[in-house]
Amino acid sequence: MNPMVMFAEYSAVGIAAGGIYALIALGTVVIFKSSQTFNFAMGEMMMLSAYFFYTAAVTFALGPFFGMIAALIGSIAVALIIERFALRPMMGRPFIAIVMVTFGIGSIIRGIVGMIWGPNSLDIPAILARSPVMIGGLFIPGKTARAFAIAVVIVGALIAFLRYSRAGIALRAAAADQITAYSMGIDVRGVIAFTWVIAAITGCISGVLMANVNSLTPSLGLVALNVLSVIILGGMNSIGGVLIAGFIIGWLESVTGWLIGTEFREITPYVLALLILLIRPTGLFGTAEIERI
Amino acid sequence: MAGNRNILWAILLILALIALPALVPRYWIYFAGILGINIIAVHGLNIMTGYTGLLSLGHAAFVGVGAYTVALAQSKLGLPFYLAIPLAGVAAAIMGVGFGLPSLRIRGLYLVIATLAAQFILNFVFVHWQKVTNGDAGLTVQPATIFGYPLNNETRAYYLILVCDVAFTLFALNVIRSRVGRAFVAVRERDRTAEVLGVRIVWYKFVAFALGSFYAGVAGGLLAYFNQFVNPEQFGLLLSVFFLSAVIVGGMGSILGAILGAVFMTLLPEFLRGGALAVGSSFGFDISLILVPLRETVFGLLIVGFLILEPRGLAQLWKRAQQKFLTISTVK
Repeated sequence: MNPMVMFAEYSAVGIAAGGIYALIALGTVVIFKSSQTFNFAMGEMMMLSAYFFYTAAVTFALGPFFGMIAALIGSIAVALIIERFALRPMMGRPFIAIVMVTFGIGSIIRGIVGMIWGPNSLDIPAILARSPVMIGGLFIPGKTARAFAIAVVIVGALIAFLRYSRAGIALRAAAADQITAYSMGIDVRGVIAFTWVIAAITGCISGVLMANVNSLTPSLGLVALNVLSVIILGGMNSIGGVLIAGFIIGWLESVTGWLIGTEFREITPYVLALLILLIRPTGLFGTAEIERI
Repeated sequence: MAGNRNILWAILLILALIALPALVPRYWIYFAGILGINIIAVHGLNIMTGYTGLLSLGHAAFVGVGAYTVALAQSKLGLPFYLAIPLAGVAAAIMGVGFGLPSLRIRGLYLVIATLAAQFILNFVFVHWQKVTNGDAGLTVQPATIFGYPLNNETRAYYLILVCDVAFTLFALNVIRSRVGRAFVAVRERDRTAEVLGVRIVWYKFVAFALGSFYAGVAGGLLAYFNQFVNPEQFGLLLSVFFLSAVIVGGMGSILGAILGAVFMTLLPEFLRGGALAVGSSFGFDISLILVPLRETVFGLLIVGFLILEPRGLAQLWKRAQQKFLTISTVK
């Protein structure tokens, strides 16, 4: 095949995968913005949501629609429990202690899912049509293209919501200066809990999409670690940045996989993360919150 | 007085450990060897994370660098163990600093991400650099020899590990008590203030990171000799979580804590297995399938539980128990 066409096709597939990355990254960034907590359990929350969906839709035979609603409710409940019982007691504690707590929560969720649902991959009901999408002669796998469309619509809607709604303004106020926001009558605790709800929603949707595109196993959550590079590139505290960073990282991952071998795909995001740290630690759109010492 | 008493107890403990192989079954000695190796690795992570506040999620990969260095130093260069093990430490320290250096200058999350990247990238190298590491199949390692005397069973290797444990524990104790150790704590607690007072924080972060990775490399080297093989599977993310749990459970920033944490975390999977098998056989289902996820869950619960409820870990509980005991005995 013509290498230019190949390149275009790999680029399209990569950018399409980047849509889901943006969705996952958004959940992490809003929590970081509200409480300076980097949530290493994001991937596990996402994976758990996909299992909730499976259980509701298949085991209890509710079908995809009610399955999705049940999964959303379940994910939000889990996120609120994590926020209330693991992270709120840690408020004001050193930053690395908080990171370690989220890391521990990830380990707990991974273990519990492994014990309940086992290590083998499960067949999730297809919510995405398989038929390939052709864009101007480019061939894009159907599930990836549709997952991309859904992810981008949701990311766009959430970005708009966070920009224009009262809740979004409260979030930005709390992010800018917690104490001032608090004294102006903003319920900072409520804002933090609210960001966990947003993370639960983005995690749930991206989890179900991801399980549809790939398969449902307890290691599904590891994708979220790849998203670290998206978050750094976008700028840790930039909500809008995640979308563009997601596209760039997805594209780079796909194209490097094509150029130097698919096995390198698994480390591309980490190499990129290191490079970004070297060259521009604030990312593309982050404010200069980096403290050099 | 208290110092003398502690030294007395330490000497008694070491004597008991020397006598141990004569007293207990061989399987226990294997276990004691693994425990000794874990103690060295946990000391390393404790110096980085506990004392200096530099969180590393890639400690297992640095242990792996040490193990592969020993395997290669032996097969390619024919080095004896007393050169190979320090070389393993140096190799791991260089790797650690290489990954850590760009982000040591920046506060906060960036080092965490860099070490996580190290974990995945190094593991990828272990698996895919077939020519050198022999991929998933791994490398075999000949046992260490002292004056032509091979340490080719658990008991003999155990003594080597015991000597290293004593030496590295003493070294860690002395580093912590020195100017360097106080600088580590200053960096962790108040880096700005420390800098104003003339502590070169970037330099001390660098030293802490190199020293911690050096310990990891030594532990990896010992592990290679002890198991007599090296493969990538041994050094996954779960092992990094294991070391982190040990540091947290034992008590961050305490040498005693690192030892207690390593002991607790090494014994825990055995107790879990024993308990789970007993429960499983009494209810008549096969529980061996859920052992790995059960372990992950318990590791996570310990990390979260100790951080929220007892951030100073077992070392603090131990101290409290000791004080209670002492006050009772003096009152009587």
